[in-house]
Amino acid sequence: MITPRANGRGIIAATLAIALWLSVIPLPDWARWARPEWVAMAMIYWVIALPHRVGIGVAFSTGLILDMVEGSPLGENAFALAILAYLALILYQRMRMYAPWQQSGIVFVLIGLNQLLCHWVQTLTTKVVPTMLFLLPALISALLWPTVMLLLRKIRRQFAVT
Amino acid sequence: MRILLLCVIAFVLIFGRMQWPWLRDAESRLSILATPFYWLADLPYRFKDWGGHTLRDWSSLQSENAELRQRTLILEAKVEKMASLSAENTRLRQLLNSSAHLDDSVLIAELIGVSSDPLRHIVVINKGRDADVYVGQAVIDARGLVGQVIEVSAYFSRVMLITDSTHAVPVQVNRNGVRAIAEGTGMIDELTLSHVASTMDIKVGDLLVTSGLGGHFPTGYPVAVVTAVDDSSNSFMKIKARPAALLDQSRYLLLIFREKGSLPEFPAPADDAESVK
Repeated sequence: MITPRANGRGIIAATLAIALWLSVIPLPDWARWARPEWVAMAMIYWVIALPHRVGIGVAFSTGLILDMVEGSPLGENAFALAILAYLALILYQRMRMYAPWQQSGIVFVLIGLNQLLCHWVQTLTTKVVPTMLFLLPALISALLWPTVMLLLRKIRRQFAVT
Repeated sequence: MRILLLCVIAFVLIFGRMQWPWLRDAESRLSILATPFYWLADLPYRFKDWGGHTLRDWSSLQSENAELRQRTLILEAKVEKMASLSAENTRLRQLLNSSAHLDDSVLIAELIGVSSDPLRHIVVINKGRDADVYVGQAVIDARGLVGQVIEVSAYFSRVMLITDSTHAVPVQVNRNGVRAIAEGTGMIDELTLSHVASTMDIKVGDLLVTSGLGGHFPTGYPVAVVTAVDDSSNSFMKIKARPAALLDQSRYLLLIFREKGSLPEFPAPADDAESVK
């Protein structure tokens, strides 16, 4: 595939880096379960916006870095994010047609699946306290999606990343 | 299909770390990439700290100073008594022909991150391989045992708290030396003692200290205080305890360096299975 002039690689990396930073910033105790999945959201946005440039390879590598940053077993988030990007690649044409709040619905499902995969890997590797709270970030992310999406779109247009 | 290939790689990584130690080693070396993120995530706190130090008025500093002086005085008095007691202890141990309890050297570390996954009770401290931190090292705060180092990177390391659901620590009751295993529950304010026969003498309010069995933790550091004893079932008691350390508040932690030879050498287990189930 011939990629058009690869510009704004730095911008994409920067937004992902900010998302990574937001995912380790300390939160008060009551908000610990409600941390939005920033990296997954940024990943979904870039896959929908630039499916020819950002795909499962980028998602996998970002996931590896997220694993190092979060201290989860190497491969856990890489696996979940690669699947997420794969599904987003299938869905991107459909999602582009939707209004932001409609996209939220899909984002909820995608990030919920992402959480589920992470949780699944955790249950396979360690003893996990049974709770369904791990799905809460999917809900929070879906609620935040319209804002995040519009912000990232503004950034993309500002720097003309195509 | 690329996605299948990536999934296979991911699974090799996830499950390979149990089989091949070099993968873990590579992981801890690579995690140096995470250092800038922790540094950045910690900035707001450091800024607050800095502001708190520089933007204080004179009178509050003075009163704090006076308070600290008083505390120093009290602590010094206690230490004086300690010195004679520890000398006496050493003499008695010599009489008993048992090995002397050496002083542990400590290193102060600062908390710079908390695991973003609420299911994992893991914190990040700002000392790593550069300060000779090692995997398995015990970590305490001013009140008691906090946990142990599970991963060492170049400039930071990860510490698993004693309340993590996969953590267990051998303890004994300070009052009478009854031994037990304190397991984490996944709740930050609770430990459980498992497999304690109902004939054991453990009461609410008992202080549990590290027993040093297993060779992982040094002996005698407070771990938890028993909060509930349920002996309604006939064979085993259900015992809950509250960690002595302020696990969710301490910003400064102490890493304990064990003196060589202060503990008997145990045959090293293949994994760190001794205290991590």
